[in-house]
Amino acid sequence: MNPTELVVNEKLASIEPERKEHGIVMELSPYGVDKKKLGMWMFIVSDACTFAAFLFAYGYMRIGAPVWGTPFGPSSIANGVLMTAILLSSSLTMLAAVRASQADDRSSAKKWLGVTMLLGVIFAALHLREWFKLIGEGWRLFYNPTGGAAQFGATFFSVTGLHLTHVVTGVIALAFVVRGYSQRRYDQSHVETAGLYWHFVDLVWMFVFPLMYLMNAH
Amino acid sequence: MAETMAHAVAHHAPPQGFIRKYVFSIDHKVIGIQYTTLSLVAAFVGMALSWAMRIHLAWPDMRLPILGWLSPNGAPGGLMTPEYYLSLMTMHGTIMAFFVLTAAPFAGFGNFMLPIQVGAADMAFPRLNMASFWVTFTGFLLACATFFIPDGPPLSGWTAYAPLSAVGSVAGPGQGWGQNLWGLSIALFCVASLLGSLNFIVTVLDLRTKGLKMSRLPLSTWAWFIDAWVSLLAFAVLLPTCLLLVLDRLGGTSFFIPGGLVFNDQLQPHSGGSPLLFQHLFWFFGHPEVYIIILPAFGLVSHIMPTFIGKPLVGGWKVITFSEIAVGTLSFVVWGHHMFVSGMSPYMAMVFSVPTLFITIPSVIAVLVWVFSLYGANIRFDTPMLYSLGFISLFITGGIGGFFLAQPSTDSYLHATSFVVGHFHFTMGLSAIFATFAGFYYWFPKMFGRMMNEKLGKLHFWLSFIGVYCVFITMQLTGMSGAVRRYSALVDDFMVPLIPAYRFMTIAALLLGAAQFIFLYNVIWSRFKGPKAPDNPWGATTLEWDTTSPPPFDNFGGRQLVVHHGPMEYDGDESLMQTSPEPSIAGT
Amino acid sequence: MAGKIFAAIVVLVTLATAYCVIAHVWWMPVDISVHGPKIDQQLEETMLVAGLLFVAGQVVLAAFVFLYGGAKNRPKQIPGGAKYLVLFAFLIVGAEILALSFVGSKAWGAVYFEAPDPNSLHIDVQAGQFAYYFRYPGPDGTFGALHPELINEGNQNFFGIDTDHDPDAKDDIVTAEMAIPVNKPILLTLHSKDVGHSFDVRELRVQQDFVPGLIIPIHFTATQTGRFEIVCTQLCGLGHYNMKAYLSVLSQADYDDWLKKQAAMQ
Repeated sequence: MNPTELVVNEKLASIEPERKEHGIVMELSPYGVDKKKLGMWMFIVSDACTFAAFLFAYGYMRIGAPVWGTPFGPSSIANGVLMTAILLSSSLTMLAAVRASQADDRSSAKKWLGVTMLLGVIFAALHLREWFKLIGEGWRLFYNPTGGAAQFGATFFSVTGLHLTHVVTGVIALAFVVRGYSQRRYDQSHVETAGLYWHFVDLVWMFVFPLMYLMNAH
Repeated sequence: MAETMAHAVAHHAPPQGFIRKYVFSIDHKVIGIQYTTLSLVAAFVGMALSWAMRIHLAWPDMRLPILGWLSPNGAPGGLMTPEYYLSLMTMHGTIMAFFVLTAAPFAGFGNFMLPIQVGAADMAFPRLNMASFWVTFTGFLLACATFFIPDGPPLSGWTAYAPLSAVGSVAGPGQGWGQNLWGLSIALFCVASLLGSLNFIVTVLDLRTKGLKMSRLPLSTWAWFIDAWVSLLAFAVLLPTCLLLVLDRLGGTSFFIPGGLVFNDQLQPHSGGSPLLFQHLFWFFGHPEVYIIILPAFGLVSHIMPTFIGKPLVGGWKVITFSEIAVGTLSFVVWGHHMFVSGMSPYMAMVFSVPTLFITIPSVIAVLVWVFSLYGANIRFDTPMLYSLGFISLFITGGIGGFFLAQPSTDSYLHATSFVVGHFHFTMGLSAIFATFAGFYYWFPKMFGRMMNEKLGKLHFWLSFIGVYCVFITMQLTGMSGAVRRYSALVDDFMVPLIPAYRFMTIAALLLGAAQFIFLYNVIWSRFKGPKAPDNPWGATTLEWDTTSPPPFDNFGGRQLVVHHGPMEYDGDESLMQTSPEPSIAGT
Repeated sequence: MAGKIFAAIVVLVTLATAYCVIAHVWWMPVDISVHGPKIDQQLEETMLVAGLLFVAGQVVLAAFVFLYGGAKNRPKQIPGGAKYLVLFAFLIVGAEILALSFVGSKAWGAVYFEAPDPNSLHIDVQAGQFAYYFRYPGPDGTFGALHPELINEGNQNFFGIDTDHDPDAKDDIVTAEMAIPVNKPILLTLHSKDVGHSFDVRELRVQQDFVPGLIIPIHFTATQTGRFEIVCTQLCGLGHYNMKAYLSVLSQADYDDWLKKQAAMQ
């Protein structure tokens, strides 16, 4: 390293102290976000395509079916609205957690993360209750007890199942974040990255709920 | 500063122990070599499958004892059954398209070179990177496992069209667990590709060393970056497609299986699914996939050429990169051209035909850039350059076939003929393989610290180049007479006269395959006995040549690199290393 | 030296390929359909355009490699840089593909956009692993309804028609070979009983997939008598290579005789 470079580097280091990897000064990031967040954004882009393919298959099946099942009565819709409200609130509590971590208020951040996880668990429980109710009524991946298209079960269970998997994964991921954050191995950027994921799962539900529930209400 | 450096050293102390160092390594260089090795093994497996197929087509009575040993059911006494032929064909396509063509030029070289080319110590997410490789490896094992299960590998082709692939064993042999394993294997490959692409994109955006603006990226990095985007979106759709296929097979659902199907006089319990849904989902991935395969090849050739022609590419980084971006973007709106005769609306056929034809414009621009960069050049014919030239010639030949297949009217005659098979072997198969060879000969000194043997390399090139043309031009032209693909025997009246041509192709293919052993010998010999490679044997300009061969664990030995200009700058006749601060005089 | 060998190989390959194409070493069989000439013409025009690009591309590549291999001159760029290359691609190739799309849409439209002639002879085609069956409506001119659950190859009920209860089905004529009268518009409805198949008659320039779950119409008129192969081009399982039937294009009188014989055999 020649002396001019050193001068340049130190100057840069003072302007952009965070743009370093393994001690090496990096070119400015075009979006000014750190790699975890950028990686999460890439995952979200890709995962959105996966959900889109599932929903495309759902639409294709539904348009092609002469009779489509509409199994959801008022109680199921009420349950769905409650689930939606819970998931939306969990986005708010997640936001509170991110804000708290940015203010370096660790105890408050942990508290809000805990509330978010709790809401996620309640959502999953309500979701499973809905599933078991349907299964009890005879709905299967391949069977429609009302005599309509068998694709209802296939699309409903696979789309909501995929979403439920995301929620459960999110709760587990949050547990790891809380642990790392408590041990001060993680900082606010980890909380923020987890928040991105959580909001994305919430956003997907905003598509799943009207398409899978409201459109299938009788 | 000192503190950060100490931290960096602690973070980047090379791991100890064989397992951490060579097996479950988080070092992108080891992972790159692992991917390359996996692809090399897969390529020879895929090639062996093609040999067995070609021998069976040309001399259907010839016994291949090794096949009889591998599968007593599929090839009793070494004589291939029709279904085993289709199984070998399916696995040839699957292994070549995924584990060779997608893996080698993108994941293999990309993993090794991309972080070095951007001046980083590793990928953005080294552990995720390790996971990508091992998931790919598991996928490959699952694919290979299909050879050893009683029912044998699936026979529905690498496209796995439903309902043949979805209804299970009622549709005949090769539709049992082989197809399930296939679906899982490809699903794993999708996951690995998604993780890998994510890692590539973040590494390029976030880990470029000081001064390495996007406009100064090496052209190979640019191509990997664009490719990662295409891959990120396309594999995200193949993943659910595989999952739904497996769900149809194991969960009893009917996504891709319509009602009223009758096998052996038995009405099947499915109803309401759509085979066209499978085709739409598959080709929404499948067409971008051929660009996922070819874009890194564009990048490798564009990266290698300037070094050997002594000047920048015409139009600098912009023209070639923008044509790659255009190709990558258009690739998402053309998938329907695989479905012209599928029963899709004929109006949709027109809708898909136009963008398919338009994709030739950026492709032609790329070809013109390579060809006209040779004008007034000072070409050095080292093996990497020969392979790059071979790539250009093969890509032109392959691209020409696209004009016929992009139009529904001419495609309605040529669809499913060997014209198509010849076309895609030229365009995405051998073009990509040639570019991969170019990359291999070019980067071998950097990856292993030893030079490859030039004489053997050139011999390998001449035999491969001539062999490829003998096999695939014949294949493409016989398609003009309507020779149907995916036939395990030539029994139709109009296929019988083609037997001499098929025998010619078989002999040429065997010789072409034999030539690959020269390459294998060269690789193994050079790896251990080759002359020691200098840091920059080709006189190249990008960052991977600004470190030792092979690079140290943290790539640059803790040096801070500062990039002053793009990869194609010259000081008079001398090419300039990207880190050299001299002002550029010539060049773009 | 390497450059000269490379150039020689590329030129040889180009010449050999051009010879095979111009001499029609492997070429389409003679067309026997009304719409076929449009497709043939489109293919030949495409061959001209694409062939010229192919020869030009390879020859220019070979020439540059030949001329600039190992030259000790100071490297220089082509005058004008990439501008003319990009312009060429957009204008020349762009014009070509627009012309091909425009003319090609007519050839495609001749097969798919025009409604079938109302006086067409309607034949119902069913594909299954690994055979085709053809159904003629018989004197009443209507087909019996299909009941997949009745399909039984043992008692020759390939289509699953109910000849006991369905009056429309009673006179349906089911054959394993297809015969059509020459110069008569033909309408086929294609459906598959199991997996995907294809209906491909090279001489007719007709290729259309059977898609399970769909009934796909296709129409054409044959202009020459003769016997032609119908082959499957969509991978359908182990017997795919051997799945075929024959199409006989007969004079109207021969066709009538043939149909009578088939009806007697039901």
